[in-house]
Amino acid sequence: MGQTIAEKIISRHAGATVQAGDIAVVDVDGTMATDATAPFAIRAFREMGGTGLWDPERVSLVLDHATPAPNERVGNLHRLMREFASETGCTLYDVGEGICHQLMVEKGHVRPGDIFLGADSHTPTYGALGAFAVGVGSTDMAAVMLTGKTWLKVPQTVRIELTGELQPGVEPKDIILFLVGKLGIAGATYEAIEFAGEAVDTLSLAGRMTLANMVAEMGAKAALVDTRTLPSSYPFTPTAADEDAAYRAVHTFEISGLRPQISLPHAPDKVVAIDSALGTEVQSAFIGSCTNGRLEDLHAAAAVLQDRHVAPGVRLTIAPASRQVFNAAVRDGTVAILSAAGASFITSGCGPCVGTHQGVPGDGEVVISSSNRNFRGRMGNPRASIYLASPTVVAAAALTGKIVDPAEVLAEQGSP
Amino acid sequence: MKTENPIRGRSHVYGDDIDTDRIIPGKYTKTLELSQLAEHVLEDLDPEFRARVEVGDILVAGHNFGCGSSREQAPLALKAAGVGAVVAKSFARIFYRNAINIGLPAVEVPEHDIGTGAILNVRLTDGVVIDERSGKRFRATKMPEVMVDILQAGGLANYLKERGGYGPFSTEQNRTP
Repeated sequence: MGQTIAEKIISRHAGATVQAGDIAVVDVDGTMATDATAPFAIRAFREMGGTGLWDPERVSLVLDHATPAPNERVGNLHRLMREFASETGCTLYDVGEGICHQLMVEKGHVRPGDIFLGADSHTPTYGALGAFAVGVGSTDMAAVMLTGKTWLKVPQTVRIELTGELQPGVEPKDIILFLVGKLGIAGATYEAIEFAGEAVDTLSLAGRMTLANMVAEMGAKAALVDTRTLPSSYPFTPTAADEDAAYRAVHTFEISGLRPQISLPHAPDKVVAIDSALGTEVQSAFIGSCTNGRLEDLHAAAAVLQDRHVAPGVRLTIAPASRQVFNAAVRDGTVAILSAAGASFITSGCGPCVGTHQGVPGDGEVVISSSNRNFRGRMGNPRASIYLASPTVVAAAALTGKIVDPAEVLAEQGSP
Repeated sequence: MKTENPIRGRSHVYGDDIDTDRIIPGKYTKTLELSQLAEHVLEDLDPEFRARVEVGDILVAGHNFGCGSSREQAPLALKAAGVGAVVAKSFARIFYRNAINIGLPAVEVPEHDIGTGAILNVRLTDGVVIDERSGKRFRATKMPEVMVDILQAGGLANYLKERGGYGPFSTEQNRTP
């Protein structure tokens, strides 16, 4: 019987031919934890009797969730991570270098066909590179630091074929919001999702990362975006599914008619076309996160906001996904456009998305965000409401103070 | 610390899709102090829970319990608050693994109509949850052997320490039907 991409990658790492439902112990190619998960991972590593890492070259710690440290408690957790890194020789990305998932891809810590375990739920983002990348908790990550292995259940796979072409002003974020709405918040629990089709073939690496990132919002274990058309700076052999691979389900969606999508409070799968949310007033807008904080996302916002200014009473906060993204946006003038439009740039990291600091909304306030979750209390205040959308839609809402069709503001801007 | 078997406690019942932000908000997770996690457990879902919960109580939920973040602080907060086990119709993947890894029994019972205040008897090895007053028995999904072993060791840290790693592992023995 043929194999899915997940079955092929896991078989290679288990040293045995496996199929969905099997439980296997596999060799892991890389692991990562953040300041939200590393402290408990370090504690668990010690409890396991760990002293040296299995392979320091394959372990990264990233300070991104509460950076710069908002208080002494976090300051001490950061210090603990720095000390652990210097003691064990693993890679440390300190405050301001970027969001873990952006860094793992940008700095080459993960490659096509790898198995990667990240102590963060959005680790499936590396499925953009065709890696079997799985989010785990601190103790599982500690076990990888110690042994270089993990146990896992080989998942069933859902295949999603995307045909057609996105309209101007409609972005990869709208595709994944649409899919989260269709499949639901538990729609792919324990499963892998393969993305393929002509609409995937034309996506940039950034767009593929956005797509893979939010499979977490369907409960999926991993995303595997077709790598046969992946733009890559280095050569690799793509892993493709066999023709006769067994899928739990195959869905085909034609996306040419897709409208911009909005996820309503307080669940990521409460998704509607923008037309049902037009006119919703917002007080805060956020562009950033591992979902949509990359250079092309900042470009999309700049296309809306060039020579304009955010509406009175609206705060626009931007956290570039990494220092590299920020520097590129400085060099090409994007930062100047957005800053002149009234945007506040903050440290590259996760802060506002996860509600740690840097933009906690007030009671009754409405936030529109390019991030991935809008659970009650997500951004730090259970009495606020969060709408999720693409960077273009967020920028258009910041400009006008309410949710509007971005096509209208782009037309006025003279852009397509 | 070994996991007790059976587990007996009073139920606290919640619905579907209880996400990790409601189990422990992200703003409270940056700590290594378990008591600080326990203080804020379920704060945005049920502000009275913390005051009401007693050691050994059992949290009962519907589908997709623990969806969202990978934060191990979610099961840690429940355990530190005294919760003895979580029974749900289904679990989100990472929460389920995390709970077992830290030695908090997470028991999947696909069908139940357990009400708040019931006295539950959770028998891990028999795979059954019994409502003592009504006498109703609810069948639990069988766990893979590796998870039972981890739970019986009191968590993954002890499991690895006792065995010095994953040791020889048979995919065949752990094949699920």
